[in-house]
Amino acid sequence: MKLFVPGDAAAVAVGADEIAEALSAAGFAVVRNGSRGMFWLEPLVEAVIPAGRIGYGPVTLEDVPGLIAALHGDGAHALRLGDPEQIPFLKNQTRLTFARCGIVDPRSLDDYVAHGGYAGLRKAVALGAAGTVEEVLQSGLRGRGGAGFPTGIKWKTVAATAAAQKYIVCNADEGDSGTFSDRMIMEGDPFVLVEGMTIAGYATGATKGYIYTRSEYPHAIAMFNAAIRTARAAGYLGGNVAGAGFAFDIELRAGAGAYVCGEETALLESIEGKRGQVRPKPPLPAHQGLFGLPTVINNVISLATVPTVLANGAGAYKNFGMGRSRGTMPIQLAGNVRHGGLYETAFGVTLGELVQTIGGGTLTGRPVRAVQVGGPLGAYFPPALFDTPFDYEAFAAKDGLIGHGGVVVFDDTVDMAEQARFAMQFCAIESCGKCTPCRIGAVRGAETIGKIMQGREVAKNRALLIDLCQTMKLGSLCALGGFTPYPVMSAITHFAEDFARSPLPVAAE
Amino acid sequence: MHANPWNPELAAALIARHSEGQGTLLPLLHDIQDTFGCVPEAAVPLVADALNLSRAEVHGVVTFYHDYHRTPHGAHVVKLCQAEACQAMGSRDLARHAEARLGVGLGETTKDGRITAQAVYCLGLCATAPSAMIDGKLAGRVTPARLDALLEALA
Repeated sequence: MKLFVPGDAAAVAVGADEIAEALSAAGFAVVRNGSRGMFWLEPLVEAVIPAGRIGYGPVTLEDVPGLIAALHGDGAHALRLGDPEQIPFLKNQTRLTFARCGIVDPRSLDDYVAHGGYAGLRKAVALGAAGTVEEVLQSGLRGRGGAGFPTGIKWKTVAATAAAQKYIVCNADEGDSGTFSDRMIMEGDPFVLVEGMTIAGYATGATKGYIYTRSEYPHAIAMFNAAIRTARAAGYLGGNVAGAGFAFDIELRAGAGAYVCGEETALLESIEGKRGQVRPKPPLPAHQGLFGLPTVINNVISLATVPTVLANGAGAYKNFGMGRSRGTMPIQLAGNVRHGGLYETAFGVTLGELVQTIGGGTLTGRPVRAVQVGGPLGAYFPPALFDTPFDYEAFAAKDGLIGHGGVVVFDDTVDMAEQARFAMQFCAIESCGKCTPCRIGAVRGAETIGKIMQGREVAKNRALLIDLCQTMKLGSLCALGGFTPYPVMSAITHFAEDFARSPLPVAAE
Repeated sequence: MHANPWNPELAAALIARHSEGQGTLLPLLHDIQDTFGCVPEAAVPLVADALNLSRAEVHGVVTFYHDYHRTPHGAHVVKLCQAEACQAMGSRDLARHAEARLGVGLGETTKDGRITAQAVYCLGLCATAPSAMIDGKLAGRVTPARLDALLEALA
């Protein structure tokens, strides 16, 4: 009997390797798939039976003997979940970008092709380079890294340049806490990203692609490097991609633990072998990017979405979503949440639905007090804002951002002044040092919040903090210093009571 | 963790591997650190010379990135995620527990050189928080008891 046991890092972190080993030793053919993204059920073992797949989870090592007996018998077991795709969390999703994740063997190019892989590239080649750019433009796809800039416009700009060498850079420096969609794609369906980057190369005339990911993602690095080698051996990368008469190849670069390298210009500096310091814009990377040459720089999810956009047409993709946020977004439910995981759905779902209905509220069972959306630079929203639809503009209108789609849930034990101070501390640790508002402001911000927490001249320090946030927001070179005020100001605005401290007795400090 | 003592010939061989290609300083420094357990001061002039950079440029890169360190870590490295998703699941308490048990703060090495404890900001395991990475091995849903067991298991 064939079994699937995820090799996804999050499944591995809760024991999937040991379970896969034990099941292999018992004589089962075990495929290490990606995760379905229902992490409260990991390790989720799936057995292939004539009718389809049957899930069991979360499986511990102690459950394995009983599970083996069940698999040899009628399949009944306390952990039996039935068809995973009928679990409401998965059933109610619209999986376009993640269509294959958790289903295919991520090491098998044949499996990828058998599940519709490379249909996007075939369509692109049929449309021609200009037609491909137009299709991406028409789909309304916007950058999934956080900034939401139209992907097609970046491509069009680079395609229009005349340089002899152009680059595709995939930003896989997924440093935001609460996000793991890039990691899941690299580990669970890496060929879709290879294909997306290849289409970008074809469309813009770039022959070399770099993917820059985090050293904290060793599993993703290993899996994606394996995918590059496999694609190259099969002729899907190299001098004549898929026999279509164009050249494209990919090299993976691992970062070295600098959050700021997720900022696109710092990332380019880092690939060039320099300190990850932010470059002022203009010039835009599309004109002078990597090594000074025209460069498309897109997030993993943007590029991994391109194959489905091409294969099924811009119109099909565009039909999902609301307003100017078209298509689907892989939302990541994280932190103190009962049903944490990856939830891909059309834009427009409300924050409340995500947290309460889909996520099932907190894991601790206590009331939800705050939700941080969009990573460490995103705002903290209280339940009063749960009617906000997941949409770039709707979040911006409430002084928040959707960023890379991370939703981190906190229960009522959270101290929002502590969270605000952490935002400043994190900015201080990760600041590249290039601009003063970020470099100095973050340190002063953390100190000032510390004083407020001690009850020292609270009103005066609060006013100073708000003024400092304004300076950082307007004066910083990039989103690190510029957006750190989002978590800080949202905490002050929506959770004012946590900043109204009375002086602590000296002995308590 | 296995680390070789400093050896200029071995370093030269690593450097030669990266002499082709563009912008190879980071991959080269990763290789050096994987081989020697840190980026030794003696490596800096060799790297600078091979890549046609100034020592200051190489020093600047080594000191900019959190990953690179100029002295070896302890025999075991325990990284505890301290980012928001893990905070929401008690990572601050977990860090205090680890510090009390090990007798060092995050960012420090135990006096016997056995264990280096570090904060890390996100391992991408945010739906199974809090998370840790111990000698490169990931752990999710880490309770203080589970952390104790993991530390106990270190040779």
